[in-house]
Amino acid sequence: MIDIFTTTFIATFIAGVIASAIPLVLGSLGETLGEQSGVLNLGIEGMMLFGAYFGFVTTLETNSYFLGLLAGIAAGFVMSILMVMLNIWLGLNQIVIGLALTMIGGGITSVLYFSTYGQTTPRLGQPDVFPIPVLSDLPVVGSSIFQQPLAFWIALVLAFVVSVVLRNTNFGLRVRAAGQNPNSLDAAGGNVVRTRTFVALLGGAFAGFGGAYLALMSAGTFTPFMTSGIGYIAIVVTMLSRGRILWVIASSFVYGISVSVGTVLQLTSFDLPTDVIKMLPFVAVMITLIVFARSSYVPPALGVPYTRGAR
Amino acid sequence: MSNPISDATGMIPLPSDGQSKLSKVMETLVRTILPVVLALLTSVVVLIVIGKDPWFFYSEVFRYGVMGNGWQQTIRLMAPLLLYSAGLIVVFRGKLWNLGYDAQYLLGSVVVAGFSPMLIEVMPLWAAFTVSLIMGTAAGAAWTLLPAALKARYGTNEIITTLMMSFIGIGISNMLVRGPFQNPDIHVPQTRVLPVADMFPQIPGTRIHIGIIISVVVVLIIHLLLTRTSFGLRLDVFGSSPKTALHVGINSPQMILILFILSGALIGLAASVDMLGYQGNLRANINPGYGAAVLPFVFLGRLNILTTIPFVAFYCILDTGGRLASLDSGLDTHFLMIVIALILVFMSVIEYFGVKKDLGQSYLPPGLRRAVTGLFDRGARA
Repeated sequence: MIDIFTTTFIATFIAGVIASAIPLVLGSLGETLGEQSGVLNLGIEGMMLFGAYFGFVTTLETNSYFLGLLAGIAAGFVMSILMVMLNIWLGLNQIVIGLALTMIGGGITSVLYFSTYGQTTPRLGQPDVFPIPVLSDLPVVGSSIFQQPLAFWIALVLAFVVSVVLRNTNFGLRVRAAGQNPNSLDAAGGNVVRTRTFVALLGGAFAGFGGAYLALMSAGTFTPFMTSGIGYIAIVVTMLSRGRILWVIASSFVYGISVSVGTVLQLTSFDLPTDVIKMLPFVAVMITLIVFARSSYVPPALGVPYTRGAR
Repeated sequence: MSNPISDATGMIPLPSDGQSKLSKVMETLVRTILPVVLALLTSVVVLIVIGKDPWFFYSEVFRYGVMGNGWQQTIRLMAPLLLYSAGLIVVFRGKLWNLGYDAQYLLGSVVVAGFSPMLIEVMPLWAAFTVSLIMGTAAGAAWTLLPAALKARYGTNEIITTLMMSFIGIGISNMLVRGPFQNPDIHVPQTRVLPVADMFPQIPGTRIHIGIIISVVVVLIIHLLLTRTSFGLRLDVFGSSPKTALHVGINSPQMILILFILSGALIGLAASVDMLGYQGNLRANINPGYGAAVLPFVFLGRLNILTTIPFVAFYCILDTGGRLASLDSGLDTHFLMIVIALILVFMSVIEYFGVKKDLGQSYLPPGLRRAVTGLFDRGARA
């Protein structure tokens, strides 16, 4: 049995938590924006896969992580255009379209991967780290927290920005009104469809970013269906956080811990099967849902397309 | 008249006046078949874009799915998929979303695959079949209990809970295959293989096992239950308006539990029939993904089991032929998933235009309409 309390080990553990939490943070941010405005994005899994695949391909071809992330964001954005047209403009059923988008994302990326990289299964190298001066020399946290790629800090800044925008700006108020009571937003001179469109596009970009982060920074490669349910967990995180970004981050890190604990247990003498390790996060989510069954909350207008004058 | 698809997809029921019967039938046919046609055409474009020959692919689909012995394979696949569709229709009619179908199916499969080799050693074949079918059905039903209870008691969103339970259930079924049910003679993670002699007998002169008969009988019973009994009526009332259901004294929590259990049981039964009739054993990490595949067809059949049957037959041809045709054309089998997703999208869009036409409204969504007509208004004023 190896000693799990060495500093290197703890540092690896923390880095593992971050690697699995950040894609979820980004996905949940996008989902939060959408749900606050009343749009349920059930296709987030497909958008993340799209972001992951196109980010991976771009980085592989250009060797640039920056372009890869941009491509991932663009891929998520393009897919959310489809969602906006079908769900928000035409007002089609958000669950049916969400399932369809998940299937389109999974299907297209795995078909493309199979026909281009299926034989070679290439991997990417390590992304450049962005050490924070002084702090990165600290013993344990230095090598784990303060030597992360720049994208990690961008993700945290984005979370802060989303939090401020939702809470403290006029735009955030409009977004929340569109989810709480679209009629009153309309009466006050806001445009429900435009607000929701804008926010859903932003949500798609976030999901694409999350997927690209997963492929480029966390996994270093793309495998078909690599998101394996993170998108759905993002929906749960969103439901439990009720629009509070701090909660989004906290619960994403709890998810990250439950992923990393599994890996750690496997390294030690507890010989846990991989199936159990893959299940752990979902079990954690399910227990949370049972415990907080009464307080999981969604905006009243969630999933309801807006028709002016309809009761 | 209630119209489950319009309700289930969040749309307004169709008014039935002002149209001759024939044109109405024609319109329904167009609305039902056009999505499939458009999806297939789009998939042809997708095939061309990724550099495959669409004519070759679809002629292979036809060759493997219908010609030679293909049609027997197709009918063989219909046995589980008809039960599967019935399982989805039951909950969708109640406007509940059971999206944990994958786990319910796999758990049903794994329980039957694990226990039936032991059962046939200790009891006569017919008894082993019966016990296996009951166990598989119970396994599928059991996996819906927690989401159903949470929905019934606290109103917790069943989409999320069933999805989460799906991931857990898939993990458990893989664990069972690798653990207690592992075939001790080989190293590949899979269960013991049922000898062909101990599987469902085949219909004389064909390779189709009797599972299709079980399936058709059960599906017809469910159809009668949904359309000809007071339970079916109460279910439709509950589905179209929970408030009305409350007023006429329908016990909603009980209804939710019954619908979920029935749905899980039918999906578990589907898995058991396929396991005892065709598969004979289960490998780890195998997920046939039939649930997502039959999803659009259940809606295109307008949540009616009888009208869904031709669609299931169509999908079975696509599935049997498509898997082999994908191999031949060097495609990933997930290509079929794209076709299914396209059908879902086109179905929703065409349903939207259909409803707009029936209501005599503009086809443009309100926001876009204002933008377009606004252009002309300004032109007129200037």
